[in-house]
Amino acid sequence: MKFLRKFFDTRYEKTNKKWYPLIESFETLIFTPNHTTKSGAHIRDGIDLKRTMMFVIIAMVPCLLFGMWNVGEQHFIALGDSSVDFIDKFIHGAIRVVPIIAVSYTVGLAVEFVFGIIKGHALHEGYLVSGMLIPLIMPIETPLWMIAVATVFGVIIGKEVFGGTGMNVLNVALTTRAFLFFAHPNSMIGDKIWISRLTEMQANGTMADGISGATPLGQLATMDPGTIDTYYAEGGVTFSQSLMGNYLGSIGETSVYAILIGLSFLLITRIASWRIVVSFFTGGLVMATLFNIFAGDNVFMQVPAINQLMLGSFMFGMVFMITDPVSAAQTNKGKFYYGFLAGFIGILIRVANPAYPEGIMLGILIANVCASLIDHMVINANIKRREKRLVKATV
Amino acid sequence: MAKAIKIKRGLDLKIKGKPELTISEVSNSLHYSVKPTDFPSLTPKMIVKAGDKVKVGTPIFHDKYREAIQFVSPVSGEIKEVVRGEKRKILEILIKSDNEFSSETIDATGDTKEIILKSGLWPCIKQRPLDIVADYNKAPLAIYVSGFDSAPLAPDFEYILKDKKPELQAGFDALAKLTEGKVNVTIESSFKSTSIFKDLAGIDLHTINSKHPAGNVGTQIHHISPVNKGEVVWTVNAIDVARIGTLMLSGKIDFTKIVALTGSEVKAPSYYKVVSGANMSDLIEGKIATDNVRYISGNILTGQNVGKEGYLSFYENQVTVIPEGDHYKVSFTEGWLAPGFNKLSNSKAFLSALVPKNVYDIDTNLNGEERAFVVTGQYEQVFPFDIYPVQLIKAAITNDIDKMEKLGIYEVAPEDFALCEFVCSSKINSQEIIRNGLKVIEEECM
Repeated sequence: MKFLRKFFDTRYEKTNKKWYPLIESFETLIFTPNHTTKSGAHIRDGIDLKRTMMFVIIAMVPCLLFGMWNVGEQHFIALGDSSVDFIDKFIHGAIRVVPIIAVSYTVGLAVEFVFGIIKGHALHEGYLVSGMLIPLIMPIETPLWMIAVATVFGVIIGKEVFGGTGMNVLNVALTTRAFLFFAHPNSMIGDKIWISRLTEMQANGTMADGISGATPLGQLATMDPGTIDTYYAEGGVTFSQSLMGNYLGSIGETSVYAILIGLSFLLITRIASWRIVVSFFTGGLVMATLFNIFAGDNVFMQVPAINQLMLGSFMFGMVFMITDPVSAAQTNKGKFYYGFLAGFIGILIRVANPAYPEGIMLGILIANVCASLIDHMVINANIKRREKRLVKATV
Repeated sequence: MAKAIKIKRGLDLKIKGKPELTISEVSNSLHYSVKPTDFPSLTPKMIVKAGDKVKVGTPIFHDKYREAIQFVSPVSGEIKEVVRGEKRKILEILIKSDNEFSSETIDATGDTKEIILKSGLWPCIKQRPLDIVADYNKAPLAIYVSGFDSAPLAPDFEYILKDKKPELQAGFDALAKLTEGKVNVTIESSFKSTSIFKDLAGIDLHTINSKHPAGNVGTQIHHISPVNKGEVVWTVNAIDVARIGTLMLSGKIDFTKIVALTGSEVKAPSYYKVVSGANMSDLIEGKIATDNVRYISGNILTGQNVGKEGYLSFYENQVTVIPEGDHYKVSFTEGWLAPGFNKLSNSKAFLSALVPKNVYDIDTNLNGEERAFVVTGQYEQVFPFDIYPVQLIKAAITNDIDKMEKLGIYEVAPEDFALCEFVCSSKINSQEIIRNGLKVIEEECM
């Protein structure tokens, strides 16, 4: 490692000072700096933001790998080719997904570096996670240029205008997704975007028969009044299938098993807040149960509450989006209200507004906006307690 | 009324270098120092100048704004130098000892407050709010004394004070005369039946579990009767209570103290008898295993880095020596990506979480770089107050006096945030921020 140390030291000597942030960013990936404590506590916890962020990325790996396989799986199902083996499906998926990840990281980090150099600080770690989240919440057929544009928007408007990592109000990855959702709705909703190479296959006439290309949520949102049985009869995604995740959806969001592996990792390492996770799940469950009760002949509302939560981005959002500490409520009590609100509104938007079957994203963004309000109320209660004590003391 | 306090939030750091229960003598230093910087927000005014002869107890400077608060020489000899820093700020007064320790005589009869002020022991009494030397003009609502120190490797008060029961009693009697309220003493609950404090008269004895920061007097005040805006309470270290007791009983000013020499770099950690303000190098001579180390007067969470040639601080009864961490750490092997069997962390993100009994040899590396607040809920795990620590720190950063008041700045001292500072993944220096917040409050509101 000595040659690397020497390499960085000579880079510092030879480079203009304004590029230091760039060198530092790479240097700190390989070396924890020699900074020591100056005042106060002389020793510090081993944990830092780099490790925290890296652990979130590790937690996403099962989703990513499953997503790659599933992209291939869905592609070959649409082709009607059942002879393809696991490896080929995975390779097909990897070939489609890796460019998206590459674009997301390259563009996002480039923007971060520009801001880092302008402000004179090394790369702040936040984007390492966002850069992986963005690909996982995209439909596979999203054009790369759109991902690039949306990433620029997400990083600048979602984060840098507020002052960078730690200052953002909205979750950066979701800002990116929401931007595309509203700017290019045709590329974000509908039934043309969820299967890899769908348009080519349709043009070549190589599609198998009876492939709809819609996600289960898209399918549910457009169903005629009836009973839930018709949905399952028409090949709707069953509960066990939704746990496994071999159905259409954004790249990384479908497999509940993969997500739960990530969740347990994040909870064991205490990086995700269990308060948010539990309350988000509860919020969604309550709303979905309410829908069950008042369903009538609306099929979407009839989906059993627990099945409802296993579909689409609910579980993925619960583990990787809502738990983002920066955009979440910061007080422990507030986290309960915050999670509940997001889950509750997410399912509400998903089911009640058929134009937005991906309502979880909007639910979380709305909760992001409300987070500081929730904290304000929680903290005000603390302030009131203190004031009451003072009044009691002076009487 | 006695309270049995139980705190859940907190953290005991298991560090190598716990002191053995033996007390040894060390040779007297040639030079001793009194450092005005040991007393937060003090503006010293010199009474003596270089070349003046002093005895133990001779005033050498006083508080510019509260003149009766005197700071005295711990030894007899000659003022060697008044060391000044930027803008002629007085950093320390060096005294060359004549090794005789001849003492000024104090008349220990009459008004208790007067005696303590004259003796130079008044600075032992601190006040909340602000965590500064107590203002003798304001009557305290109560006086709080912590009967133990829960900081990492902290000295065992029960051991140090084991023969000092009469002095403690005299000290508490004196303190009782300074307040119309109660003198509250809090001890660790496991010492309930054996503690030296248990049969002392005139005190309210409380118990608390041992998890740090249970031994911090701030934690104890908060759980016994939190300080409101406009109220003042005083705090005294238990060892200093005994010192005040000695003064009351015999009229002698005793500046000897028993210091625990601790830390992973000390060959045989144990207790040593020294005089306040002694030189570090005399204390540690021949007792340190390695070279590149940090000499801390105090514990590793709140002490001062005084250096090998530095002098012991006024309030501290502990010296900690730990390795400096001023080298690069390769991320995969010992840095941020390492598996971390030997990484001390309150998080569960290192494999060391699997070996809870591990005792650590930790250096002064920051283990990261300073960042904005990102991770939430970390401070709350180690901060046993009904106060929102991050929000209070943010209010202090932005000098928002109104918010600081509302969020409880009057109840805290920087040391209460030491564990927050330790666990922070964004490496924010919260103790310094709170100290600055307190300074702003003192200037604007007091």
